[in-house]
Amino acid sequence: MTVIEVQGLTKRYGPDTVVDDLSFTVEPGHVTGFLGPNGAGKSTTMKMILGLAAPTRGSVTIGGRRYRDLPVPLTEVGALLDAGAVHGSRKAYDHLLALAVSNGLPRRRVGEVLARTGLEGVAGKRAGGFSLGMRQRLGLAATLLGDPQVLIFDEPVNGLDPEGIRWIRDFMRSLAREGRAVLVSSHLMSEMAQTADHLVVIGRGRLIADTSMSEFLRASSEGTVLVRTPDPGPFALRLTAGGATVREGPESSLVVSGMTSEEIGKFATYHGVTLSELTPQRASLEDAFMELTRDSVEYQGTTA
Amino acid sequence: MSSLATVPDMSTASNVTFANTLRAEWIKLRSLRSTWYTLACLFVVGLGITLLSMSSLAQEYESLTAAERQAWDPTNLSLRTYIVAQLIIGVLGILVVTSEYATGLMQTSLTATPRRHRLLAAKVVVATAVAVVAGQALMFAAFLAGQALLAVQDVPNAGLGDPGVLSAVAGGGLYLSAIALLAIGLGTIMRATAGALATLVGIVFLLPAVSGLFPSWLQGLFDFWPSQGAVAVLATVPDPDYPHPWLNLGGMCLGVAAVLVAAFVVFRRRDV
Repeated sequence: MTVIEVQGLTKRYGPDTVVDDLSFTVEPGHVTGFLGPNGAGKSTTMKMILGLAAPTRGSVTIGGRRYRDLPVPLTEVGALLDAGAVHGSRKAYDHLLALAVSNGLPRRRVGEVLARTGLEGVAGKRAGGFSLGMRQRLGLAATLLGDPQVLIFDEPVNGLDPEGIRWIRDFMRSLAREGRAVLVSSHLMSEMAQTADHLVVIGRGRLIADTSMSEFLRASSEGTVLVRTPDPGPFALRLTAGGATVREGPESSLVVSGMTSEEIGKFATYHGVTLSELTPQRASLEDAFMELTRDSVEYQGTTA
Repeated sequence: MSSLATVPDMSTASNVTFANTLRAEWIKLRSLRSTWYTLACLFVVGLGITLLSMSSLAQEYESLTAAERQAWDPTNLSLRTYIVAQLIIGVLGILVVTSEYATGLMQTSLTATPRRHRLLAAKVVVATAVAVVAGQALMFAAFLAGQALLAVQDVPNAGLGDPGVLSAVAGGGLYLSAIALLAIGLGTIMRATAGALATLVGIVFLLPAVSGLFPSWLQGLFDFWPSQGAVAVLATVPDPDYPHPWLNLGGMCLGVAAVLVAAFVVFRRRDV
């Protein structure tokens, strides 16, 4: 059961192709992380899913229908693109009430979503006085009004403090546990590692990877081994002769690839070399992500 | 294709109606302080100008010749406050749309109501309803206050029952409502408060002020222009330039309708 289906999606602004022949699907019961560097086309794709921007080519359907053909949109999709998108002088309750009423939802839903996001106490306060974290919660409350099965969040943790980040993360996990499809964009791999079950990675508008998180982890953990020995020079030569690739690591350690830690251990014993450390290195997700998207970063620093 | 459309505890609506959208837009409009401040400003400034301009007309009337006294139009004098009132009611119309662009709320509104024409139509209906009520109330209040001031000064004044008075006062209210509609259209096309307001000022103040510069084939346009021919209905003494003042106001309304059509077209087609 696919809920969001993106097919051959393309968006051009003048000569710039912002989204380029993008296809992927979002399934229920999962948090799907939508990753890419800044300017990769994540927000534009989300806008096209929601009918806010018209695709140049391709199509997006939600449960088989275009967004604008959904009879009661808020009961099917909840979307939070920008937490700042509230009128500062409108009270939180009125903001939610207008949205609920626009979709014919009962008034009590406003109280219910305020409770679920922990905002009951500030329902009568104007949104302009809210902290970023509270605005984020207000935005989340709005997405839940119609109890939708599909949720779309654009960079929901940007600018939040650690507590806010953890709250949002747990919140998204709980939504997925309830069987909903959650699509969440981020430019931070580390954030996704703790939230997403599935990854869709794009760069310069193109699909780079569409994989489960566990597969992604496995693929990126084919790593290196950190070796420390009192006399690294000769051992490095022996390792190289033995077929491994060796480069210098921090504090006169060796970073070895092409041999497992077990092989290196045996190798050291055979040559009578004393090892003070032998640690398999997992390539960090951040590294894997950088590796994937290196060619697609819009503006690259020159110090790299 | 999938069964996610069924939401168990949400069996309230199977479809969204225009009435839902209207109610939501009304909640949005009434829940903003700026709406009420703008309306308060409309009445304070509108009636303030009436009181100031009407409080010392006795001397002016004394100095008029007999012929000029024939053309004395106390109704029109008390309605001249429309000149400033049209800008304030215009701000109300502009903000209905541009405040949503300024805050980014338009994205949220359009995800809740993806049928764009329906959303804009609801905004137009709600804002126009407010403008009609406020415009009529202001014009009647300005008329009554102005005439009372004239009576105190012992200058000839008009009553609501006098010929042509009711149509002039109600015409003033309609004119203000049409300006509010124009403002909604401009706000939608410009998407920014400043740009829309500058355009509105250009239309109602600047262009009429420099109308003499335009070639003669364009002069006819000013017969239907705001602050020009379109306000001929606010007079009770016939103006030889505008023998059918309601036609002039009707012409302006056609122009406003054209702006609104353009607004609906761009609102439908543009990315948000």
